Amino acid sequence: QESQVSGLPEYIKIVEVGPRDGLQNEKVIVPTDVKIELINRLSKTGLPAIEVTSFVSSKWVPQMADHEEVMRGIERHPGVQYPVLTPNLQGFHSAIAAGATEVSVFGAASESFSKMNINCSIEESIEKFEEVAKSARNMNIPVRGYVSCALGCPYEGSIIPAKVAEVSKRLYSMGCYEISLGDTIGVGTPGSMKRMLEAVMKEIPQSALAVHCHDTYGQALANILTAIQV
Amino acid sequence: RGARLTLSLCPQVSAAAAAAGAFPKRVKVVEVGPRDGLQNEKNVVPTPVKISLINMLSETGLQVIEATSFVSPKWVPQMADHTEVMQGINKLPGISYPVLTPNLKGFQAAVAAGAKEVSIFGAASELFTKKNINCSIEESLERFSEVMTAARAASVPVRGYVSCVLGCPYEGKISAAKVAEVSKKMYSMGCYEISLGDTIGVGTPGSMKEMLTAVMKEVPVGALAVHCHDTYGQALANILVALQMGVSVVDASVAGLGGCPYAQGASGNVATEDLVYMLNGLGIHTGVDLQKLMDTGTFICNALNRRTNSKVSQASCRL
Repeated sequence: QESQVSGLPEYIKIVEVGPRDGLQNEKVIVPTDVKIELINRLSKTGLPAIEVTSFVSSKWVPQMADHEEVMRGIERHPGVQYPVLTPNLQGFHSAIAAGATEVSVFGAASESFSKMNINCSIEESIEKFEEVAKSARNMNIPVRGYVSCALGCPYEGSIIPAKVAEVSKRLYSMGCYEISLGDTIGVGTPGSMKRMLEAVMKEIPQSALAVHCHDTYGQALANILTAIQV
Repeated sequence: RGARLTLSLCPQVSAAAAAAGAFPKRVKVVEVGPRDGLQNEKNVVPTPVKISLINMLSETGLQVIEATSFVSPKWVPQMADHTEVMQGINKLPGISYPVLTPNLKGFQAAVAAGAKEVSIFGAASELFTKKNINCSIEESLERFSEVMTAARAASVPVRGYVSCVLGCPYEGKISAAKVAEVSKKMYSMGCYEISLGDTIGVGTPGSMKEMLTAVMKEVPVGALAVHCHDTYGQALANILVALQMGVSVVDASVAGLGGCPYAQGASGNVATEDLVYMLNGLGIHTGVDLQKLMDTGTFICNALNRRTNSKVSQASCRL
């Protein structure tokens, strides 16, 4: 059955990142019970994947300080995945102890961004993720990899597609089942999206790719349309 | 068909490139902020502010700026100063300043005030036409034919708008065949360009493609424009599809001026800044200076005491 606009997939998996990525970037600290209510309501909408929280030090991300309570408090609907962020092995172990059955790791295509965000180089961050990936593999826990700054960096500006492909490939090779390519500051446009995806698709099968577009410049839906057309 | 008044401003699109799904190399951006934008703003804008707005827009590289509407002030109080505006603006060479003329009377007033290009507004929905101008589509086209005759005699180009091309606030779904029929009629009457308007912004890439496919059977793609509303956030995605199909004229409103009269609080026109940002990123030539455009948006938003609807402007704001 052909989709109306030719070349479009019949089904798209929507990964809901509101409770984690969304709330993390909101000024107001949201009470735990509100977070749980949010996720429970999202679970009833038919969304197949809902990113719940982040097992990161509350010193760095106060909004996610209640990660354990949230993880334990939410309803787990059958057929819905509830991934959590785990920046390192320690976070990974806490996540598993709290009942997580899928985790995510966050790389970046920009050295400056990596340094400013998690205070280490891309290479060092990959080493940390490899530890997580190894433990995850042993426990049959799927790992999703994110690549930030895929279409531009707040510090470095332009990012070359080859770099995005390189980092994506590292994450995929270490066992990430899916790579989410993030236009972190929303500067991308359909042209840069296409070029970046073409470079990444040389290294990673299309079915293992996701896009995470920010709407900072109003380009998100146009960029997403381009991605689903590619 | 008779003499068609073509403008040298029409960008070139090769049929082969359009067929290959490639983008046009150039896009003509038609700025509708001073008319469509302001008409749908709550606050009545003083005449000097309107004139300043248009003058600033004239400095951005835009080639077409819809200046005002020669309609009765009883219906559209915002446009009551149409004659003053038309006579007050700097008319830069190479820039077209079309005005709306719903009937012969408006046309004559427009030409007397110095207008060199006019626009007429049809719709693909009978109910919308009835509610909006209290007649049927057929009757509205008869009124327009008077304008067409006078325009042809005066060598004034006429642009045709078709509203509700992807949906109607009263009828709901609109058939692509109906849009094609009305577009064909207006094109045959002598409009040099047909601007297809998603009046309530309900369209999505699928319905845009379906509609354009039908219209392009009747009207050459070089004579088509799209006028997308962003009421449901779909505008740029819809415009992208139109570009992929070979459309190379896009209407937009600086700062996204103009809410939706059918959905309180909702947004309306797509912001010119956001459109130009996308076209720049695609390497498509528009001739528009984005910074000057953003400055113009800031000016009019301050004057209207409202926030910009342009995401690009919001992103570039340093608090």
